[in-house]
This record gives sequence, structure tokens and C-alpha cells, in this order.
Amino acid sequence: MSQDINSELLRFTTAGSVDDGKSTLIGRLLYDSKSIYQDQYEQIKQASERRGEDINLALLTDGLKSEREQGITIDVAYRYFATPKRKFIIADTPGHIQYTRNMVTGASSANVALVLIDARKGVVEQTKRHAIIASLLQIPHIVVCINKMDLVDYDEKVYDKIQDDFEKFAAKLDVVDVHFIPISALLGDNLVHRSDKTPWFDGPTLMYYLENVHIASDLNFIDVRFPVQFVIRPYKEEYHDYRGYAGRIAGGVIKKGDEVMLLPSGFTSTIDKIQGPSGEQAEAYPSESITLLLEDDYDLSRGDMIVRANNSPEVTQDIEVMLVWFDGENSLRSNGKYALMHTTQDIRCVVKEIRYKLDINSLHRDQEDLDITMNDVTRVVLRTTKPLFIDPYRKNRITGSLVLIDEGTNNTVAACMVI
Amino acid sequence: MNYNLNHIKELESESIFILREVASQFENPVIMFSGGKDSILIVHLAYKAFFPARIPFPLLHIDTGHNFPETIAYRDSLVEKLGAKLIVGSVQDAIDKRMVVEEKGFNASRNGLQTAVLLESLENGKYDAALGGARRDEEKARAKERFFSHRDEFGQWDPKNQRPELWNLFNGKHSMGEHFRIFPISNWTELDVWQYLAAEKVDLPSLYFSHERDVFEREGVLLADCDYISKKPEEKVYKETVRCRTIGDMTCTGVWKSDASTVEQIIEEVATTRMTERGGRTDDKRSETSMEDRKKKGYF
Repeated sequence: MSQDINSELLRFTTAGSVDDGKSTLIGRLLYDSKSIYQDQYEQIKQASERRGEDINLALLTDGLKSEREQGITIDVAYRYFATPKRKFIIADTPGHIQYTRNMVTGASSANVALVLIDARKGVVEQTKRHAIIASLLQIPHIVVCINKMDLVDYDEKVYDKIQDDFEKFAAKLDVVDVHFIPISALLGDNLVHRSDKTPWFDGPTLMYYLENVHIASDLNFIDVRFPVQFVIRPYKEEYHDYRGYAGRIAGGVIKKGDEVMLLPSGFTSTIDKIQGPSGEQAEAYPSESITLLLEDDYDLSRGDMIVRANNSPEVTQDIEVMLVWFDGENSLRSNGKYALMHTTQDIRCVVKEIRYKLDINSLHRDQEDLDITMNDVTRVVLRTTKPLFIDPYRKNRITGSLVLIDEGTNNTVAACMVI
Repeated sequence: MNYNLNHIKELESESIFILREVASQFENPVIMFSGGKDSILIVHLAYKAFFPARIPFPLLHIDTGHNFPETIAYRDSLVEKLGAKLIVGSVQDAIDKRMVVEEKGFNASRNGLQTAVLLESLENGKYDAALGGARRDEEKARAKERFFSHRDEFGQWDPKNQRPELWNLFNGKHSMGEHFRIFPISNWTELDVWQYLAAEKVDLPSLYFSHERDVFEREGVLLADCDYISKKPEEKVYKETVRCRTIGDMTCTGVWKSDASTVEQIIEEVATTRMTERGGRTDDKRSETSMEDRKKKGYF
């Protein structure tokens, strides 16, 4: 295992079921990048032997007792590996429809979605579901691994047919960047090393793709959005009038001297100082946690937002969203009231209208059956107790996302993407 | 555009975000401080997150009474430097008060007793959030842990019923008596921690660097010789050049043969090693799911 301190971080998500070779693929990536340690390997070997199996790499990701007992992945498991070029975080999620909410969770922060297709089966319902979730959650890049090529004699025609089928389906979705790679996770074809069994394939190997896919421009560098998270007041003699607005940049590049507008007041001010984790800095980029000092003495608090003058998000109490329902106990209540978290705001809302339910296997919009139960995807209209500063999700994944919380149980019951 | 936030800066930013979120969402948070590198990292990140104000959390140390003396010395100097408040939960006191019963036998450890003392300390202090340095790459049950991990009124973790965490949205809502465990460095690996501590030139306890010590071998793990462990007759003590990869209680923290005496050499060693750092922890070896079992009851 080696990694350079200046390497980029890439987060990718996988989704799959028991037999499609997902665990083998992850095991392979970890093994080939030397990220499985000897004691982990021996532990898995022992556990596999007790179960009367050959070495089962799935045990590496299935960590919970009940997962091992049932032989399935229930929850999102995070795995880490690094190559000299990049550090990777895998959000490994189960692929079955009853775990849609886990897939959505894993997808929310991913740069790349890895979709696995069994070459013998082609594009199946689960493939479509993964692609729809990737599109719904706006994962910028999709890489489709057509696996088990060894079982179809590395036949180019099989590969072409699957690629064609997938592209036809994806044309209906909001996905931009899709790549295809013929692989055998079991034998390692086109994972790290180019396979000599697929001379007809001239694309990159999976590892090459993951190491090189351009992710720096996935963030929004244009529209300055800085949700105030925490106000720093030192109460020390030497920092008498210090009032720092701490937060994480949700969009845009902020420079010292920039003119900014404060929401909700609409007042304008100028960036006096940017305090970063290692001292003062001249500018700051999306996802950096910083502290801003303003030239004027306005009193901002958590939940307010600093934006560029003349480039404001929408300020509204009526929000239309795509919603994924997470709660296994209760259905989504039309006219129901929920707590709502958006950026650093914590308010309440009422569900004004359920427009339709989206079948995530077929994309069919059902306007008749509006009983929204766990894992359903639906389009709804919300009315909030106070104005939110929002952007469409496709423009900004941070200012365009929110969650609903059941006020009785305190559980997070829905993930929403602003349309 | 020349934009390049490297992975370490990205992790730093994520952790600082979590720390500020805790200060915003909870009334009475506390940092669980063990004196190990991961809790040192948490304190360092907290210093940055709230600069130039003081860290808005006190430190809580659960003292098994079986610590390496170097750990206590380091803890006390750090607390003084930060002007932070230190709270000590003592396992020895709990044993004296017969709140817990000491384990017997050769593998006796106070590791399990820490849970009861920790839960009591959290309850006494009315802490609603306890920040810890656990990382997902350490152990398979920890790989499923959330940043904000809900605990019921008995301090228990329910791994099958965890709140989903999406985007930058962390739900810390809870009822009276419940609390949260918060893990700001969930996404860091051992190597990330070392690279960062090196880049930041953070002062570390001497135990992490190679030194000569009396050791003996038990079940393939080297343990430091001390009065707290009863040895079998065949367990012979000898001198060895070693260092710690994790720092816990002396009874269960293995030491490693190592010549790494600088952070750079440690990074080199970590980058090429073939064993996880918890491979030397006898507390994890008790069963395949011993970490999950302990976590469910309220362990760190």
C-alpha cells in the first residue's frame, strides 16, 4: 500500500447482489492494491473454513454478525485503498430493491458509480435500478463493468449487445459520462492489467479509469454558496471584536476582497479575511472548511448564507423535490409535518402534495397509487416554516439536497433532491 | 483551473465540518481522550476548527489504572497546553466501589470494564455527544459505523437500525437520556493519520517511536512486561526494540518489533506492513465479532 500525500480522493459506490461478483471485484481491487492485510486475510480464511467454503472475499465487506449469518450485505460498508495516484473510498451497498435507501446513501457522496453486469444475463432489472439511482443522485460518472467475460468466451458480440442495451436505456436518464469495460473479476481481466483475451477492446482498465477519471470539475466553482455553520467568538482579550463565520464552501471560489451578499438580510459586505485550517489564505474552494471574516459588523448566525452579490440561490418556502422514502414503519403522510435539515438550517415543513410515484425499474410514473412506503421514490411539494436558500440539485448537490426527520422518533425518514 | 485539494486536506475539511456540527447541534459534548494518536488527532483538528477560540469540549479519559506511564505524562502536558478541562473516569475506583468486578486469569484485562465506567462518566457529566477517534478502516464492525452514531438510554448501539447519512447532513436529534457517539475521522486510514501528523508536526507520545523495553510473547503477540499481567512460567521476559502502533491499556496493547524512530520511518513502516494495527490487540481476538459485541454494549 502506498500513497502520495498530494493524491486526490475519489469516492465511488458499488451496488450489487450476491451472485454478480461485486464482492470478488472489491476483494480483487483491495488485494491487487495490497490493501488487504495478512491478519484480515487469515481471519477471512478461518471464517470461510468454518463455513466450509473456499476463501470468501465477501466476508471482508460483510462485517456485521447478521450479515454473515444471512450471507448478504445489509448496510453500507466503507472500504479504503490507495494507489500512488489516488486514495479511494468505496461505499459498498446491497443491490436488492429492499435496500434502495442504502444505495441512495452510498450514492449521495460518490464521484463514480460502478455498475456491474453479468455478461451471461445482460441488462436486468437491477442494472436499470442502479443506473436510475445514479442518475437521480447525479453521480457524475458511471462505469459499467461487464463481468464474467470468461464465461462467455470473451465474445465481443456479447459485450457490444450489452453496451447497446444499456445505452438505449440510459438515453432516457440524466447521465452524462458512461464508460464500459469488459472484465472478469475472478480472473482479473482488465482490472489492473490489460487482458490479452480481449484484443478487440481498446479502452482503459478499471484501475486506470479510476485513477484518471477527471473529477476536479465535478464541483460547482461558479456560484458562491457559503452556509454559516458556526459563529466563532473567542472572548479573549486579543480577539476582542472577532466574529468569524465558520463553514464549508458548498459552491464557488471565495477570494479575499470579494463583495458578497448576506442571506436572508440581503445586505452586502466584503470578505476581509479567510482563515483556513493552516492559517490565513487568499482564496478558498468548494468543500474547504474555513472561517470568513467580513469588513462590516453584521450579526450572522447558523443557517444564514453568504453568496456572491448578484448571484443568489432561490429564496423560497415552496419546494418541489424528488424524495426517497426511508422509513420502514410508516408511510409518507400527505399533509404530514416533518423536521427538515438543509445545509445548516434545521426547520419544519409540511408535505403539501404527492404528485406521483416513480417505478425505479421502469421509470413509469404512477399517479394512482400514492401510498409511499420504504424505498419508494416520489415527487412531492413541500412548504417550509421559513425560507430556504436552494439551488436545483443538478446544479449543486449540497444546496440542492435536504432530509426529512420524523419528529416522534427522530429518525431520518427521507432524502430529497430539489428539482 | 488550478484546483487541487489533496486527499489529506479533504479529510481534514470533512473532520472539521463534523466537529463544528457537533458544537452546533449538541448542548454538552465531550472528547473521549485515550492518549493514542487518533484522539490526539481529534484534539488537533478541534483546535483548528474553533481557532482562535478555545476548543468548546472538555476531554474525558477513562483510566484503567493500567496505562503506560508515558500516556499519562503526555495527556497532562497536552491538557495544560490547551487550557482544556480534563475529566478522568477511573476503573480502579469502580472496582473499589464494587461497581464492576475485575476479570481473573492469565488473559485478565480491564478493557471490558472500561465500558461501564465510560457509560457512568457520560451519565454523570450529562454529556449528549462523545467524540471518539475510531476509524472505519480499523475493524469490520467499525466499517459500518456512522459519523453520528446514535446510542439509546442504555448506551447501546443498534447496528441494524442506523440513521442514513447523506451529503453534508448529519441528524443529531435525540431524546433525553440518549446520546451520540461521534467519529470525525471515520474516513481516515492509519496511513492518512500518520501522513497528516507528520505534515502538521504534531508532538506525539514517545511510545509510538522505537525504544527498548522488557517484553514477552503471548499467542504470537508481544506484550510489554508490567505488574498488571500475570505471566505463565513458560513466558520468558526479554529485551526488545519495539514501538506501539496503537496505545491502550498495557494488558492488551501489543508492541511491535520496530526500528522506526521518526514519524517518517513510521510512515515507511505502515506503508509496507502486512498486518492491521489492531492485529496486535488481544481484546479483538476473543471472537470473530468481539468488536461488534462490545460496541453494541457501549464500548468506544
